[in-house]
Amino acid sequence: MKFAVVVFPGSNCDRDMYHAVKEVLKEDADLVWYQSANLEDYDAILLPGGFSYGDYLRSGAVAATSEIMQQIKAQAAKGKPVLGVCNGFQILLEAGLLPGAMQRNKNLSFMCHQEPLVVENNETLFTSIYDQGEVVNFPIAHGEGNYFCDEQTLETLKANKQIVFTYKNNPNGSVADIAGIRNEEGNVLGMMPHPERAVEALLGSADGVKLFQSIVKNWRESYVANA
Amino acid sequence: MLQTHDIHPEQIERDKLYQEMGLSDKEYDLVKDILKRRPNFTETGIFSVMWSEHCSYKTSKPLLKKFPVKGPHVIQGPGEGAGIIDIGDNQAVVFKIESHNHPSAVEPYQGAATGVGGIIRDVFSMGARPIALMNSLRFGNLTTDRVKYLFTEVVNGIAGYGNCVGVPTVGGEVQFDESYEGNPLVNAMCVGLINHDEIQKGIAAGIGNTVLYAGAPTGRDGIHGATFASDDLGEDAAKDRPAVQVGDPFMEKLLIEACLEVIHSDALVGMQDMGAAGLTSSASEMASKAGTGMEMNLDNVPQREQNMNAYEMMLSESQERMLMVVKKGREQEIIDVFEKYGLQAVAVGEVVEEKVFRIKQHGEVMADIPVDALADEAPVYHMPSEVADYYKEFQNSGTPEVVVEDHAEMLKKLLQQPTIASKEWVYDQYDSMVQTNTVVTPGSDSAVVRIKGTNKALAITTDCNSRYIYLDPEVGGKIAVAEAARNIVCSGARPLGLTDGLNFGNPTNPQTFWQMEKSVDGMSEACTALSTPVISGNVSLYNQSQGKSIFPTPIVGMVGLHESLEHITPSHFQAAGDAIYVIGETAPEFGGSELQNVVHDKYEGKAPEIDLDVEAKRQQQILQAIKAGLVESAHDVAEGGLSVALAESVFNGAGLGLDATFSGDVTAILFSETQSRFIISVKKENRAQFEKIVEDAKQVGVVTADATFRIEINDAQVIEEKVEELHQLWKGAIPCLLKSKA
Amino acid sequence: MKNVIVNVTLKSGVLDPQGKAIQESLNSLGYKEVQQARVGKSINLQVEEGSNLEERVREMCDKLLANPVIEEYSFVVEEAVRS
Repeated sequence: MKFAVVVFPGSNCDRDMYHAVKEVLKEDADLVWYQSANLEDYDAILLPGGFSYGDYLRSGAVAATSEIMQQIKAQAAKGKPVLGVCNGFQILLEAGLLPGAMQRNKNLSFMCHQEPLVVENNETLFTSIYDQGEVVNFPIAHGEGNYFCDEQTLETLKANKQIVFTYKNNPNGSVADIAGIRNEEGNVLGMMPHPERAVEALLGSADGVKLFQSIVKNWRESYVANA
Repeated sequence: MLQTHDIHPEQIERDKLYQEMGLSDKEYDLVKDILKRRPNFTETGIFSVMWSEHCSYKTSKPLLKKFPVKGPHVIQGPGEGAGIIDIGDNQAVVFKIESHNHPSAVEPYQGAATGVGGIIRDVFSMGARPIALMNSLRFGNLTTDRVKYLFTEVVNGIAGYGNCVGVPTVGGEVQFDESYEGNPLVNAMCVGLINHDEIQKGIAAGIGNTVLYAGAPTGRDGIHGATFASDDLGEDAAKDRPAVQVGDPFMEKLLIEACLEVIHSDALVGMQDMGAAGLTSSASEMASKAGTGMEMNLDNVPQREQNMNAYEMMLSESQERMLMVVKKGREQEIIDVFEKYGLQAVAVGEVVEEKVFRIKQHGEVMADIPVDALADEAPVYHMPSEVADYYKEFQNSGTPEVVVEDHAEMLKKLLQQPTIASKEWVYDQYDSMVQTNTVVTPGSDSAVVRIKGTNKALAITTDCNSRYIYLDPEVGGKIAVAEAARNIVCSGARPLGLTDGLNFGNPTNPQTFWQMEKSVDGMSEACTALSTPVISGNVSLYNQSQGKSIFPTPIVGMVGLHESLEHITPSHFQAAGDAIYVIGETAPEFGGSELQNVVHDKYEGKAPEIDLDVEAKRQQQILQAIKAGLVESAHDVAEGGLSVALAESVFNGAGLGLDATFSGDVTAILFSETQSRFIISVKKENRAQFEKIVEDAKQVGVVTADATFRIEINDAQVIEEKVEELHQLWKGAIPCLLKSKA
Repeated sequence: MKNVIVNVTLKSGVLDPQGKAIQESLNSLGYKEVQQARVGKSINLQVEEGSNLEERVREMCDKLLANPVIEEYSFVVEEAVRS
């Protein structure tokens, strides 16, 4: 399976994502500069964290208007898995691939530490190896991770089981403790916590490994099914 | 205020305008001798910044010479952007610390942010990828609105810049003392990793080669920042506001990636960042180091503002700019890389044979200076030195006794002192994990980052107890180095070397200069004893407000090497049943202690003693025990003494407690700050082996599972407290102080 | 040339922690009369004149300058002063 890690100007978790997939998961991956990308050749698209375009104007807003987003939308429409982490999540929101918006953390400060999450839905192609309700530890590192959506959108998210991860002890004020959501079709996941920082016990948690393994497993199964 | 370059050279001399730029009468005369004519306005500005303390080290040079700078693994000592130490496997570690005190006093957010940006550039301009940031901060007591504001904004600035640029801030230290009230210290350290064959130098070699300017366009930011950094912070410091630069971490991130890409091109000859004194210092230093000259045409320099004159452009301290020398004819290869990242790279001049620094603008020569005059021929001053009056008094009078009635209450009080209390409020705002190498996150003795693709890791710490240095600069200087090494050793690493961030008051005061002299002596002696050469550093003088100098604060930034990931040792106790050892006897030493501060609200008497042979022996034996796999945790005993260090050892939410037993003077055992002591926990079955290696180890108790902190002295239970209660006091102290009304 | 001043604010009903912090801070400085503070941003554009200027500015706001999920915007068009 081949992953594309899309690098925007100002992305800074791109190498971490690449390392997690390539060195820990031992899957094929490329760092793909936003201007030179042809995403057709990849099986999954990862949007890493960072401060794309300095997060000037609004987090992720400028990256969301870049040309490569058209390609990402097209690949997502084909059903390929797209994972946006932290700034990647913010970009997906700004680009309209996921509903809602991000606001500054409730306490107005950047925060960085391990945070326990609850797997709210393990019937997704990103979480199928986790148990339903499993508590996992992922690092968070964001200043604007306070997820907001209106009540109607929240009802839809709930009805479609689009809420994939919630915070056990909501650190940032997110609506309904939301830490990660998927689209209706189920192939686009955005989350503020960093699974790519949680793939080695040496660094404090390896709970993120299963997320990447789920993507690979589901791809292999569908590949075998389609072959 | 000086505004125009049209001022005639005669007028500069007649009205002594050079004084406003920071040159003395004698220095001005020296400039005239060098040029064999009067300098024009631009030239006067160029000399004034290059001969400022910040760029020339004119008063500190005689002291800096004393530092041991050589070692078997040192690849690059002081003199380049940052120092370099070999760590094997064709890899090397690059690091440096730098102060941004004066800008931070005026505009704390941008002052701190640009301080971080500057030190990162120093490291990647060597060709190294920045892998970790540390910072060492000093503020006044957290009781006034102004101090709270400075503290909060400095932390915000460090976070704002470091988080965006994608280099983890893995630790540091914050201390609070009255002496920093009007003059906070903001020292940032950056550590980078490099392959030996990728090391770049800031040299302008190769006659005819092209000088490229890359990065942000030049504006009127921070003009005279370098001389400003070397001045007293008067009451009207806030009026100097335009001197503060604004940082753009996004631009810096792009600059890092572009520069680390161009180092792979053999078209690149040399690279240096434009830091203090901007274009002037980077260009003239690059030429001076290469034994060449440089001609630049300012019309080609990218400009953010209109109608800038040569003086402004040469002295601008706009951030996120680099200067490169590139082989003639191959400029486009380099320019293309910068363009990929949306950055400008423009040819602004060339390397010439004549050792001259020649600046042109609008077809006119605006400056024509022998290049060595700027860098090498800066005046050096041997300042008069005089033993401080207070020191004589302290040495003769001895240390006043400190009486403690309720020891448990005192421990609680100490744990809530901001210097001792948890700094979680600070470091939670820093992205400490980006780059996925951080094994030990902030809050331990040292931060630890692993090196991907190897079995190695680096330990990093910053340290300086300025109270001891104030009481006794020489002994305090030794302690600063020894304590940093202690932190490195506790994490399981071998100390490699250090960078020094020397922050002092006004050097023209002989008693202040004496503090500088003696602390450098003490540090040098400890560097030799502990085999930790000084490979880079920074000097910040005139740290004073309203005529009162700060405590002498020579900050030590030290890096150590874990030869195996197996050696990484936590500072917290790990399991119930483990034996607790204290290494080192305790003497009643309260001079400069936190206890003295709490009880007497001042620092007086003698600093704690230190025997560097004992220190070196203990560090070496502890490291040996760690490598033998005998140590579960190691923590050094510092501010607040043994009781605080023991408490910190159980503050990891693991539900552990301890039972410890001592005999002797209760107050001394609990709160004395005797040096060269460690707390180490060892599995029961490893005790005999451990004791065989670490001679001075004495078991004092055991780790328990009942989350209670018990200390018995002379057969009486002196302290019995719930760990959770102590932990919360320690953890909540700083947020609580910030919330409380002044 | 026209100056377009775009004002972007959070929709009423969306929590504004920054505004709240400012309000509390002003109150504690003694400005008790401040009942609410809302933080927004002002973006100044210098735009070449054209027939459908307002329509295009509205597009710019919808596409980039404001996020319709949480923000609303208004703008004024002024004659640019030559510098």
